This record gives sequence, structure tokens and C-alpha cells, in this order.
Amino acid sequence: MSNNYVNDFPILQKTMNGKRLVYLDNGATTQKPLSVINAVQEYYASFNANPHRGAYELSVTATQIYEDAREKVRKFLGAEKTSEIIFTKNATESLNLLAYSYGMTFINPGDEIVISIAEHHSNIVPWQQVAKAKGATLQYLYVNEAGILTDEEIEKKISSRTKIVAVTQVSNVLGIINPIEKIVHKAHSVGAVVIVDGAQSVPHFSVDVKVLDVDFLVFSGHKMLAPMGVGVLYGKEQLLDKMPPFLSGGDMIEYVWEQDTSFAPLPAKFEAGTQNVGGVLGLSAAIDYVEKVGFSNIEQIEKELIHYAIPKLQQLPFITLYGCEDLSKKTGVISFNVKDIHPHDVSSILDADGIAIRAGHHCAHPLMQYLGVNATCRASFYFYNTREDVDALINALGRVRGVLGYGS
Amino acid sequence: MDLSEIYTEIIAEHNKSKRNKKQMENPTVILKGRNPSCGDEIELALKVEKNIIQDASFTGVGCAISQASTSMMIDLVRGQTIEKAQLLIDTFLGMIKREITEEEQLEILDEAVALQNISNMPARVKCAVLSWHTLESAITTEEGKTSESSQSSH
Repeated sequence: MSNNYVNDFPILQKTMNGKRLVYLDNGATTQKPLSVINAVQEYYASFNANPHRGAYELSVTATQIYEDAREKVRKFLGAEKTSEIIFTKNATESLNLLAYSYGMTFINPGDEIVISIAEHHSNIVPWQQVAKAKGATLQYLYVNEAGILTDEEIEKKISSRTKIVAVTQVSNVLGIINPIEKIVHKAHSVGAVVIVDGAQSVPHFSVDVKVLDVDFLVFSGHKMLAPMGVGVLYGKEQLLDKMPPFLSGGDMIEYVWEQDTSFAPLPAKFEAGTQNVGGVLGLSAAIDYVEKVGFSNIEQIEKELIHYAIPKLQQLPFITLYGCEDLSKKTGVISFNVKDIHPHDVSSILDADGIAIRAGHHCAHPLMQYLGVNATCRASFYFYNTREDVDALINALGRVRGVLGYGS
Repeated sequence: MDLSEIYTEIIAEHNKSKRNKKQMENPTVILKGRNPSCGDEIELALKVEKNIIQDASFTGVGCAISQASTSMMIDLVRGQTIEKAQLLIDTFLGMIKREITEEEQLEILDEAVALQNISNMPARVKCAVLSWHTLESAITTEEGKTSESSQSSH
């Protein structure tokens, strides 16, 4: 039984190894609906020109398309101004922009940067670089045994020395939703700015930057139906205004003299060089699609899938689950291990049944070390997944140990 | 892809076997091998005396392919000269890269020929070759030590 959404995704019609493709790696990237694929195709077939540059009709149209998409993202995130929406290539680039532009400028020796142990490497390594270069300290918010960030931990680690708090809204390994409101409240009370990694949240539930009152938020388009190579940085205007450019070159300038340059105002100041306009149009079409499905619907589907899958997994004696104690604050991500079998072998064996899951450390070495595991398997759902997909996963998992000569 | 071509009985057996997976007392060289993309991590210990690998063992974590490949490699190189070990390494890596396909030439790999089909699974090739690359580096380290000590004795 498939749902109606599956029909909109050409790749989900494919067979793998003679089996229906069961795509359960949406935490890594999502598949693309035909409307997004067509939008990109149409851009290059009908509208392609370099925006902001030519005084001819095509370039004007390309500019219009690009800036309309910015307005769509502004509304989507609930931001106040389009100048607060910067297009990047992905969440990683957005976080690097913040580390190098904001971090390297405003962090001083002795300051503290607070991140959580559940961060993706993209929200760890840039801050390590800043801390090393500026003589600052990187402090970790540790999750408890259930994978949850407690109020006590937030109170304890965020102090008057804290200048930046950079946390993920949803763990890419555990799918647990972090208490961003509490973190923002505490961080602002000590004068720190809050950076939210929305890569695993923005595609899955409604995120409003003004309601959350976050200072910066980043996400990747490709984890939300859009093409790869388009990401977003939201930042409060007064903060973006006082930050120096990250990349410099064409289109980010106002005027260039032999020895000096005055920079363009926001958002162009942070968009050097020709941007991925086709990809941005794809992101715009992706937002249309997501809004048509509706976040309440997306949340409901993912919730039903984990409530269906987790009890079934718990019935399998050879499965260990991670971060599945409290399903109320969790997106459609399930991390697990199969007794005696390395996640890579699990993944290869499931692949033979056309089932795609992620295996490994999920770009989160510190969290893996903290959990005391070398690697895990991760099944991550999106709204086009079905109970039938869960059944296929459960059935295939039942065969995994046998392939490597272990009894059930 | 047929799973039984990859996860053969011999691979399942070596994966489960703890025969070569243990700490070694007084090794002459220890080297870590890592696949950063998947977290496989092995530590290879060798006892090399008079150009002969008297003993070899490993510890660490990894998938069945990397664990079995390591175990089979240790069976093959134990008691062999450094030169023979290098020939085994070259033959194994040649087999995985499909540069060596002649059965006669592959014969010296004995059970490790079971990993030949891994070349059909590009995502898993790095698992199969991890320990072999580690052994190659360990041999180089060992040879460096020997030439250093022979130089200093002059």
C-alpha cells in the first residue's frame, strides 16, 4: 500500500535489485517530487541568465525568480525581512559563514562557545576552529541517558562567559527535538547569540524564527525535497549588518577601488559570485510542495510511522534502540543496532532487499563516543514513507543475522 | 547482487572467529588502520624477527568484511618473510582492483579469494582493503626501523 505522495516522486517508482525501492535515508537527503525537478528544468529551458547583472529581459526575469524565492523563504521561516535570508550551498556553508564571519570577529580569548554533544560535525568543527584561533573554550551540553537536554544542563553550561550557543533543533542520529525556547531564553539572559541548526527540523515541522526568537538559523534545501547545492542562512538584520563578508568577489560589492571596497547591503553582502539560481527555484517549488502537504500532516505521518515501527522493533530480541524512550519529542528518525552485526553489514544486507538505510557514525563522532557505540543503523522517514516500508524493514531485519551465520 | 556471493560461509566464519583477534605480548610494531567514513578501526600487531613475521594479531571494531579480511590476512602472513607478505598484499589489492584475475596467480591468497566478489560492491571495497593497507604501512615502518638500527650500528 503506497500513499498518494509516492506517485509524485519518480525515483520511488524504481526497483532496486528487483525489489521496490524502500527509501529510509531521508535524514541524509530526501527524494525530489516531479514539481521540483520540473522547476529546475524549466529554469534552464526558459529563464536562464545571470541575475542582478544584465539590463536585458532574461536577466531581469532571472533576478525576479531569485528574489521571489527569497521572499518565499522569508515567509516560510516567519522572518521579518528578505534582507535576513541569505542563500548558501547548504547548512554546512551557512554554519561556516557564521563561524568565520561572526565567530572570528566577535569571539575573544576566554569566551565560551556552547554546543551540544548531539551536533553534526558541521556544527562542531567550525567552532573548534574558532575556539582554537581565538583562545576561546568549547563547552558541551550533554544529553541524558534518554538523549534529552535537561533544564539543569542548560542552566549549568550557559553562563556569563558564553558568547555563542550553537545547537541543533533535532539530532540527526536520534531524531530528538531539543528545547530551543529554553536555550534561547537562557542564552539571551546572559547576552549570548543563538545559532540553530535546522537541517533536521525545518523539513519536518513548522519553524518560525520570530516565535523562537533565534538569532541565526540554517538549513539545507536537499533535506526538504529541493535540489542539492542550495542552503539558507537566516540572521537577524542587526547582527548580519555588523558582520564582515565571508566570501568576497562579484555581486557582493557596492564599489571597488584599487586598494579598497565598499560592500553591498544585505543580503548581497553575503552572496559573492553567481548563485545557484536554478537550485533556488527548486527550493521555492519544494516549499510549495511541503506547504501543500502541510506540516501538521507531515508531523502526523512521521509520528504514526515511528509509533508503528518502534513497538515492532522492540519485539525483535536482537535489536537495540537508541533514543526511543520518549516518542513525544521525536521526528521520524530511528537509530538502532543488530546484535553481533556491524551496521555496514546490516545496510548491505538490507540493500539486497531494496531497502536504503544509513549505517555508520552519521557525522557525529562525539555523540557516538558519548553513547559508547562505534556506529549505528539509522532509518529516517519522510511523509512519503508508508507502513508497508516499515514492514519491509522489519521483515528484512529478521534475516540479517542468518546471513552471517548467527541464530536469531 | 547476490548476498551469498559476498557473505560466504568462510567470511562468516572468520568474522566470528577470535583466533587472530587478541592482544599480543611484546610486538615489534603496532599500527592503527582507520576508515574515517565508516568508523572501522583496527590495530594490527606484528612480531617481526630476522625478516620473518613470527606472529600477527589484531584488535578493534569493524564490519564482517573488514574483520574477516583481517583474520584471513593474518593466517596468510604468519610465518612468512616480509617479501612474501608484500607479494600477498600486492596480489590481494590487485585482485580487488580486478587487475589480477588469473586463478593461478590468485592461488597464494588461499581462503582470501573469497573476497574477490567484493569488487562488485564499491561501497564495501574499503572495508576489505583496510587491514592490507595497514599491514603494508606496518611493514614499511618495520623496515625503516631495521635500516635505522643497522645504520646506527655502523
